Amino acid sequence: MEMRADDRQARLASYEGLPAAATGTGRDPVNLPMIRHWCEAMGDTSPAYRGPDAIAPPTMLQAWTMAGLSGHGDRSGPYVELLRLLDDLGCTSVVATDCEQEYLRPLRPGDTITFDTVIESVSGRKTTRLGTGHFVTTRTDVRADGDLAGTHRFRILKYAPARTKAPAGRRPRPVVNRDNAGFWQGVAEHRLLIQRCTGCGTPRHPWLPGCNACGGLGWDTFEAGGEGTVHSYVVMHHPPFPAFDPPYAVALVQLAEGVRMVSNVIGVPYDKVRIGMPVRLEFAACDDELTLPVFRAVAA
Amino acid sequence: MRPAGSELPPLEIPLTRTLIVAGAIASRDYQDVHHDPGSARDKGSPDVFMNILTTNGLVGRYITDHFGPTAVLRKVAIRLGVPNYPGDTMVLTGRIEEVDGDTATVRVVGANGLGTHVTGTVTVTVPEEARP
Repeated sequence: MEMRADDRQARLASYEGLPAAATGTGRDPVNLPMIRHWCEAMGDTSPAYRGPDAIAPPTMLQAWTMAGLSGHGDRSGPYVELLRLLDDLGCTSVVATDCEQEYLRPLRPGDTITFDTVIESVSGRKTTRLGTGHFVTTRTDVRADGDLAGTHRFRILKYAPARTKAPAGRRPRPVVNRDNAGFWQGVAEHRLLIQRCTGCGTPRHPWLPGCNACGGLGWDTFEAGGEGTVHSYVVMHHPPFPAFDPPYAVALVQLAEGVRMVSNVIGVPYDKVRIGMPVRLEFAACDDELTLPVFRAVAA
Repeated sequence: MRPAGSELPPLEIPLTRTLIVAGAIASRDYQDVHHDPGSARDKGSPDVFMNILTTNGLVGRYITDHFGPTAVLRKVAIRLGVPNYPGDTMVLTGRIEEVDGDTATVRVVGANGLGTHVTGTVTVTVPEEARP
């Protein structure tokens, strides 16, 4: 549904303060079998929940109001409408985030449960780990035989699921142009070519049209021997990119010939990469079309 | 009542598939993500996961197990973090934050292999004559 952001927020906020639905009635009065099933599931062996003076575990408060598999019948009302509106806005998933309960008096077998729920608030659009959506907070007064027995504040996030883990994509392609085509041609032939100024003899990397030392435009190349050391490195944790599996180390490798290049260090866990670590050039085939120079840690 | 700052002994809860399903059904929560792995996967979750009512029940049990059957829960407020999936273990820990007469406020944290599943605050009254 297309809706301007402020229109959307105003429409969502218009539900604040409205009763969620007409007064509800618990499907069953408070009863020992449901209490026993609850205690069995929770592993709760407290004697307070057994015998002639049994009370219900206070944390069961919401359970007495649940519609269960057969539902509450027609529970249409503002809450159902609000959830439908959020569905229409793309927020089709739901997760409970908060539950605050206050217990005013114990519930005992035989108590008849009624409850009233008010929509307390609808948040602005929030981006969470799960996706982007709106928090909806309700407050329910639970009555036992007509007396207020507890209150129950409940918050859900209605959200549009974030795309789960990106498909394992291909490694990004290098941008090959006239200035660096020779470098990539060398890599394809498993030769790491270093550019060298024909004016002053200074080697340079990455490939550039001119010399940083003397400004000379003439150049030739020579092949690197493959020996190097880790000059510096970072470990990438976030964000994840397709074809990369964080965490991984990205190193600035100092080649024996005097230039430095950014690459990956392989053959060692990401957290064992160290400055000064000796490494040796290898060529890694990423897929059918792409080969990259990488550096393998050399056992000291 | 132990003084503010005291730690409660931790409680380890093995997160079996049975616990997750039994808790959902005992709380009358038939959302399929709490009992049907296929539906859970369709909705982007790797497996079924514990519903908030079960977490709430376990937090309540942690407190009443410790303070005994005469303890009266006044308030339980929880916030969920990472999900409780089958096969993991949740460890509940607690710390008494405040004591006011016979009433204590306890900060509870439940952590699993993925991180913090639940943080919360429980207010509990333990009548004078029935202290453990």
